[in-house]
Amino acid sequence: MMDPALAQTLMLSRMQFAANISFHILFPTITIALGWMLFYFKVRHDLSGHPVWLRIYRFWVKVFALSFALGVVSGITMSFQFGTNWPGFMQTVGNIAGPLLGYEVLTAFFMEATFLGIMLFGMNRVPNWVHTTSTALVAIGTTLSAFWILVLNSWMHTPTGYELIDGVAHVTSWKEVIFNPSMPYRLSHMLLASGLTASFLVAGISAYRLLKGDTKAAPRYALATAVFVASLLMPIQALVGDLHGLNTLEHQPQKIAAIEAVWETEAGAPLVLFAWPDEQSRENRYELGVPYLASLILTHKVNGEIIGLNAFEHHPPVKPLFFGFRLMVGLGLLMMAASWLSTFYILRRHQIPVWLLRVLTGMTFSGWLASLAGWYVTEIGRQPWLVTGVLKTADAVTSVAGTQVGVSLALYLALYAFLLIAYIQTLFYLARKSIRVAEYDDTETTKPGLRFLMGQAS
Amino acid sequence: MSQYLPEVFLMLMGFSILLYAILDGYDLGVGMIMPQNNEAHRDTMIASIGPFWDANETWLVLAVGILLIAFPMAHGLVFEALYFPTFLLLLGLILRGVSFDFRAKAKDQHKGRWDLLFRLGSWLAAVMQGYMLGRYVTGFDSGFAAHLFAVLSALCVSAAYAYIGGAWLVMKTTGLVQQRAAFWARRAGWLAALGMLTISVVNPLISADVAARWLTFPAVFLLVPIPLMCLVLLVAVDRYLAHVPTRDDIGCWFPFVAVAFLFVLNFFGLAYSYFPDVVPGLLSARDAASSTASLTVIFYGVAVVLPFILLYTAFAYRVFWGKTQKLSYY
Repeated sequence: MMDPALAQTLMLSRMQFAANISFHILFPTITIALGWMLFYFKVRHDLSGHPVWLRIYRFWVKVFALSFALGVVSGITMSFQFGTNWPGFMQTVGNIAGPLLGYEVLTAFFMEATFLGIMLFGMNRVPNWVHTTSTALVAIGTTLSAFWILVLNSWMHTPTGYELIDGVAHVTSWKEVIFNPSMPYRLSHMLLASGLTASFLVAGISAYRLLKGDTKAAPRYALATAVFVASLLMPIQALVGDLHGLNTLEHQPQKIAAIEAVWETEAGAPLVLFAWPDEQSRENRYELGVPYLASLILTHKVNGEIIGLNAFEHHPPVKPLFFGFRLMVGLGLLMMAASWLSTFYILRRHQIPVWLLRVLTGMTFSGWLASLAGWYVTEIGRQPWLVTGVLKTADAVTSVAGTQVGVSLALYLALYAFLLIAYIQTLFYLARKSIRVAEYDDTETTKPGLRFLMGQAS
Repeated sequence: MSQYLPEVFLMLMGFSILLYAILDGYDLGVGMIMPQNNEAHRDTMIASIGPFWDANETWLVLAVGILLIAFPMAHGLVFEALYFPTFLLLLGLILRGVSFDFRAKAKDQHKGRWDLLFRLGSWLAAVMQGYMLGRYVTGFDSGFAAHLFAVLSALCVSAAYAYIGGAWLVMKTTGLVQQRAAFWARRAGWLAALGMLTISVVNPLISADVAARWLTFPAVFLLVPIPLMCLVLLVAVDRYLAHVPTRDDIGCWFPFVAVAFLFVLNFFGLAYSYFPDVVPGLLSARDAASSTASLTVIFYGVAVVLPFILLYTAFAYRVFWGKTQKLSYY
């Protein structure tokens, strides 16, 4: 048994890390894809010279700046937490995590931070192509950052390319470390999640502007762009999510067993739609399921075998995985319906009814909820391991007193609640403020960035 | 080559900390001397650091990153010992960083409050960095004298940040903002000078090792130019600031360049006192280092990427060269 003082520190440290990383991930999830959307808006403007694209750019670059700042400051917290709360992590797998984090700082952080200044404030100070390039570099930077951190996270789930010498991991093949089995799935899943989160944010805020009586072209253009992107990404996400699930079944079967709440190994397992998994009696109460469907989905055979939780020495807690997964999938289905319906109305009816605008506004942050639910499933699903088979979470924790961690945790929670409220209020305030801005007139039309398109010889 | 990797990374970490202290030092300093009663001045002051602060703060991430990835043992040791000061530092950095954006985007009637948080955050971050430096230099000694030393260090570092922040504003602004900045920079300079002097006297007194490095023949003769140069710079900057505004704003860059050079000299002093320890008196770079294979991998990355970082950082400073203009998104 663990020393009770240490157990307390462990529990509080886990809560603190969960709070920090949950708060942090909200903002990169927006900025990774919003950066590319801004690049798209800017290029559309450069090519066509149409002022509406610049209007959209100017509005969303403000949202980007605010989200980016929140992402940066909450990210810095993370880099200190490794030392303050989880010294065992770097001491055991530092030889792998270190270079990956190092490359993230070197190749991504400096680039995005430096060109952000030019992107935000430099439009009148640099040639247009430098500004557009800066926008692209910021987007590339955020994506590179996602790449490195997801490589590390995937390695923690499915470690390969290392050997343990005296309890410390040493790299045997960087190629195997980087291209570990779950990386391609996790990375694609997360990038698509970012695309969907940003799309629903843009759609929601734009719908809100229309509802509040904005008659300008910009929110309509932005809304249409966002729901088209979401309509396109949603089915791809469903497919990638399925592949990711199959990959997890191969490498972390205990996680799938918990997600599906399968206790005993069984052939032709039902897909449990709802239940109350009871870890005490190791059975499901109030179970409602579709026979054979889980086996069919996971093994592509009606009578495929799914290994149950009772077959594993260690398995993660069942309830958070079971419910988290259903929340994520449910939200995904809602997002698919909302985006497809909106696309239908835009293409066929040429307008979106008020009730659907309200639904889109209500779903402004649906991407956040779905992403968080998904991350909780996969991260809690790795427990009790911090690095699967290499390091247990409990063995990495600090010896700092629980009271200190408790105080810092309480203050972090208060701070994050305050910042989250301020952030959401500010987004809607920016939307309302933009309604009062007058529509552009013809004199505002700027020259296209490419002279070629104007038909001039030189 | 590879046998010296721990020391190479220690120097890289030092380089990052030095750049951070100069670059985010002026950001934090500007935040510290913002006036509560003049919104137009605050706008100008924040506009002077707006395009840079984010990249400046990244040097801290790199420094902590190097500590984390090259010296994982030391990272754990340092941040477990400094658990609560680290939390307060982060709190300060968070408040300062988000206020940058909220002040410009939230409702007008809330702007004053965000500016207050901006100032509070800047102060908290500066004071905590000084305090942590003080604790670190004494190897986390838990005695009363060591804590007193850390408080002194907090005072000195905060003063130094206000000093370089003021010098930055003298370079980047004109008119009343510039004169106010010169006023505060001068006073912060006196305080910083006092702090430097005290620390230079106290340090060899509490550490026999430091005393041995500085006060023996012939080192003492080779090292004497360092405090002398510091003295010359302090006096020259003080004289310049006393005469702001100068005719045609001549030499407005001088205080900032001189104070940055002062930072370099002080940094060299600290580095000379403790190299090659990664935690003074407790842990050498060699004993704390990761495996050579990992260090080599990062070293190649640094060697290839760092020149680019320096290049585009220089480019960003060139884009926003000269006196600060109003910040706008287009």
